[in-house]
Amino acid sequence: MALFSGDDLLCIRGERVVFAALHFAVDAGGALLLTGANGSGKSSLLRLMAGLLAPANGRIAWDGEDTGEDPERHKARMHYVGHLDPIKPVLTVAENLRFWAVLKTGNGAAAGGALEAFGIAHLAGVPGRYLSAGQKRRLNLARLETSPAALWLLDEPTAGLDAEAVAGLRNAIARQRSVGGMVVLSTHAEMALDGAEVLDLGDFSAATQMTPAAEETP
Amino acid sequence: MNRFWSIVRRDLRLALRQGMDSLMAVMFFVIAVVLFPLGVGPEPNILARIAAGVIWVAALLASMLSLERLFETDFEDGSLELLLLMPLPLEAVVMAKVTAHWLTTGLPLIVAAPLLAVLMNMDGDGFSVLVLALILGTPSLSLVGAVGAALILGSGRGGMLLSLLVLPLFIPVLIFGVSAVDAAISGFPVRAQLLILGAFLLAALPLCPWTSAAALRQALE
Repeated sequence: MALFSGDDLLCIRGERVVFAALHFAVDAGGALLLTGANGSGKSSLLRLMAGLLAPANGRIAWDGEDTGEDPERHKARMHYVGHLDPIKPVLTVAENLRFWAVLKTGNGAAAGGALEAFGIAHLAGVPGRYLSAGQKRRLNLARLETSPAALWLLDEPTAGLDAEAVAGLRNAIARQRSVGGMVVLSTHAEMALDGAEVLDLGDFSAATQMTPAAEETP
Repeated sequence: MNRFWSIVRRDLRLALRQGMDSLMAVMFFVIAVVLFPLGVGPEPNILARIAAGVIWVAALLASMLSLERLFETDFEDGSLELLLLMPLPLEAVVMAKVTAHWLTTGLPLIVAAPLLAVLMNMDGDGFSVLVLALILGTPSLSLVGAVGAALILGSGRGGMLLSLLVLPLFIPVLIFGVSAVDAAISGFPVRAQLLILGAFLLAALPLCPWTSAAALRQALE
């Protein structure tokens, strides 16, 4: 049985069925690549996995136990990188990162090395407002390195990144998987990961399945 | 607790570096009160009569003005979403942000109030009670306001809506805040009014973070 899995998931956004009867399973050290067209529900699925959204049907389980039952524990074992970069313009890069590290772990000890992993250590004293989109993205991703977490949920992590940063991200993902961590990421770009399972959300869209709910949608 | 204070510290730092945001609430407070002698005329007795009410109303409006941005910036840049995913309850996040809001707006209002009381020719007996009533009342304003600020998230033009939602809820604090000062000036005991203000605060402390957190979860879905 897989460590992190979802069964028969149904996602409804604004009375529209985004996907239905979706199953996924990730094992320790595994990676799951979410693909699909715009609006096929990649972000929604990641938000379901993170617990930001509740599934309309089905369950998401960690080690056989429903993640909704103990949300605090689920939060503690996961890093989520959404499509927005939560960076305050008046705080420096180091302060921004340290804030999230302290919140995650209770102390902000490991913040320094994380900046180096994504090549922004030289920007540590620069206020967030002077960062480019790609640098903000790198800073957001640097949170991954501040503390160990069993599950990484990455929503379009490569958006705005240059080739060097994508390589850095790929290394970080490889390190995470080598210690038994899991990675789920959504992407439009080609992001080859060794042994990653691919989940095409187009296969679960309401239109392909013609569920009754979809027919009712105006 | 470490996490709680790190949110408070971050919000204080943001307020200090952005500077104007928190300063603006106090400046608004001062200007709003100063307008009254100009509008009503320099009649000392009339000013003294309305002093407590004017100061309280201006304090309500000033603390409401700054509430609009309480969650909005965090909502827009994705911080709020991430705060929800941190291993501490969302209620604690709300409480931390309210604490920071009170420290940056409520506290300066309390400091400025006696000065404005002099300007309004308020009777000297009322000063200490005015400050005491504000100390008990302004945290309730921040707490109740946080519920409104959470409800208007994502509605676009929230400022107007926020005042419609929140100002009616401020009325009890206004009534007992003003009545405490009036009683002190007339030489009556003020214990009852202060106890009621304290009771509002004690009721708002658990209820408001809980309701705001529910509204924030709704906004983030």
